[in-house]
Amino acid sequence: MTSYVIKGASILGEQVADIAIEDGVITAIGADLSGDVVVDGTGCVALPGLVDLHTHLREPGREDAETVLSGSRSAALGGFTAVHAMANTNPVADTAGVVEQVWRLGQEAGLVDVRPVGAVTIGLEGTALASLGAMADSAAAVRVFSDDGKCVHDPVLMRRALEYVKAFDGVVAQHAQEPRLTVDAQMNEGVISSKLGLAGWPAVAEEAIIARDVLLAQHVGSRLHICHLSTAGSVDIVRWAKARGINVTAEVTPHHLYFTDEIIESYNPIFKVNPPLRTREDVEAVRAGLADGTIDIVATDHAPHASEDKDCEWAAAAFGMTGLETALAVVHDTMVKTGLMTWAAVAERMSTNPATIGRVADQGQPIAVGSPAHITLFNPSIDVEIHPEHTASNSRNTPFAGITLPGKVVATFYRGRPTVLNGELA
Amino acid sequence: MKHLLSTADLTRDQAVNVLDTAKQLAAATTQGLGKLPPLRGRTVVNLFYEDSTRTRISFEAAAKRLSADVINFSAKGSSVSKGESLKDTALTLEAMGADAVVIRHPSSGAPHRLAHAGWISGAVVNAGDGTHEHPTQALLDAYTMRQNLRDGEGDLEGVKVTIVGDVLHSRVARSNVILLQTLGAEVTLVAPPTLLPIGVDTWGCEVSYNLDECLEEADAVMMLRVQRERMNASFFPTTHEYSNRYGLNVARMNRMPAGGIVMHPGPMNRGMEISADVADSKRSVIVEQVANGVSVRMAVLYLMLGGTEMGE
Repeated sequence: MTSYVIKGASILGEQVADIAIEDGVITAIGADLSGDVVVDGTGCVALPGLVDLHTHLREPGREDAETVLSGSRSAALGGFTAVHAMANTNPVADTAGVVEQVWRLGQEAGLVDVRPVGAVTIGLEGTALASLGAMADSAAAVRVFSDDGKCVHDPVLMRRALEYVKAFDGVVAQHAQEPRLTVDAQMNEGVISSKLGLAGWPAVAEEAIIARDVLLAQHVGSRLHICHLSTAGSVDIVRWAKARGINVTAEVTPHHLYFTDEIIESYNPIFKVNPPLRTREDVEAVRAGLADGTIDIVATDHAPHASEDKDCEWAAAAFGMTGLETALAVVHDTMVKTGLMTWAAVAERMSTNPATIGRVADQGQPIAVGSPAHITLFNPSIDVEIHPEHTASNSRNTPFAGITLPGKVVATFYRGRPTVLNGELA
Repeated sequence: MKHLLSTADLTRDQAVNVLDTAKQLAAATTQGLGKLPPLRGRTVVNLFYEDSTRTRISFEAAAKRLSADVINFSAKGSSVSKGESLKDTALTLEAMGADAVVIRHPSSGAPHRLAHAGWISGAVVNAGDGTHEHPTQALLDAYTMRQNLRDGEGDLEGVKVTIVGDVLHSRVARSNVILLQTLGAEVTLVAPPTLLPIGVDTWGCEVSYNLDECLEEADAVMMLRVQRERMNASFFPTTHEYSNRYGLNVARMNRMPAGGIVMHPGPMNRGMEISADVADSKRSVIVEQVANGVSVRMAVLYLMLGGTEMGE
């Protein structure tokens, strides 16, 4: 098998060294290493391969928007070596059959580990538990369960799900959205929504569910994960819960670290997302929460949509934005360049912690001799202007169109072989 | 100014210019000059995605009095009811050479998208979008206030206006709060707290929950329609209680200063937000508002399509 050596990269932004890779494993770290293929890492930061706990791959059902293959390509370009495919496909991933199909498609694509997420309830309808155990026992070995896109709002059902998945070390990832408080909601409820006349999605609709669920998790002694936390109040509640010893983890998306709701004054539905873009105060709070560890991970919530679902008036548009290929540059911009986080912390929030929450074996390991060779090489000094058409995704609904982001993934190694080299798919 | 999407698009000078132009056009019309020629050969499309009688007819009359060709496109019974997107409808209108599109749409921001998404090159006039704005309604309201309270001249500096009712869902209220303040008026919003948007404290106007405290100094009281679908959605306990607390009856009207006027954008719920006696009283300028609507819309179309920039 071909051996590789990454020359002169800065490991976690610290030690500059060569990294030698052979047979899928990191075999040496040091000076003047050699290999069959040499990858120049000068000026680059080497991170453990990124793990996304929240990705929509749309297959089966909306292959026009994304497939497991196109999404895997997009993930590799973004520096990811594992993604979790959300369950809101058509048919819904609520049976062993569907999760095994997605898992098999991921294996065939062979660019990242595709870990299917199982639905918590049948058809995401919030009325009856899906076959959680069967999905856990399937070839896909599901460990993360979520009705993402919909909230498991029935407290009894949520309690049962939290309890039931303990049997196989699973976790329920909650999309925290009180449904009655968000009927027809279009954007964050506040100053901007009052002006634009768009129905509000109040922060309390997220916070009330998180508060309820951390207390449920405490009561039944279960593991809980909060998807795409977006408000200052949510950060406070999770911080409080962790201080009480409650086993809760939380994620924030790159777009909630970057944008505020003021950008919606354009009425451009590219910025329509659920949960909605929030206020400057919220952005500052989620950044601080990510920096101090209250928020454990960054997850993309990559949500590809066909152009006709975005090239329309606001209310008719779909919720969601793509994010795999821009995530690391956004985290660099919002968290590292601002001095809030080191690269070592980025590695934790985007690789180690999501791998741990998702129970992804052999991902999120340190860059050390003997570790599986999942490595992301990121050059922070290349500025990239984002063009929607320059993507491996089947969809072009990036909110960063026309924006210049600092940094580029120049290489991704997955199981010891490059999926991306020189910034392009290998 | 290319489009009229929000009253925030207008400076005070531009807004006064619209009112002045409307006044001139009204005079020309009443002098029996018949159709005026300035928009001959221009095409105005009325693109209505919501049922609307008075606004559509008003725009149609305005365009026709200026000799424009008018195409009425209503969503019902058209390609829209077959599922055509706003984009494709817009591209069709563009191909037909629409110089201006007057759009009424249930989705807030739809006129904004029509103007800025690159689908069409013509002018866009917002004739009411969702719960966002209704700029020509605010202009006709300002015109009506100016005629009655300022002898039809200048701006509305110092005029005190009380707007009562479902502010949360009202595009009329949003457009009026912005335009009236641009023109120098002092606005007070009155509503039950459930029908005021979160964030209303940033609008620059006064807010009250008590109608009885907001009548003594009101030069104009504008009553907003309470939509039927709000009546059973716990915004207030009963229509009876709403009417008691926020309805304008004769006793309340009589506490307004001499010369104060009562307005309503229509259609009214008589007996709900406004009593029949008030609607038909001498203070009521509700029918006058409708008449002024045609003049104001003539002015808007004239200034947007007639070649002269508004106020510039």
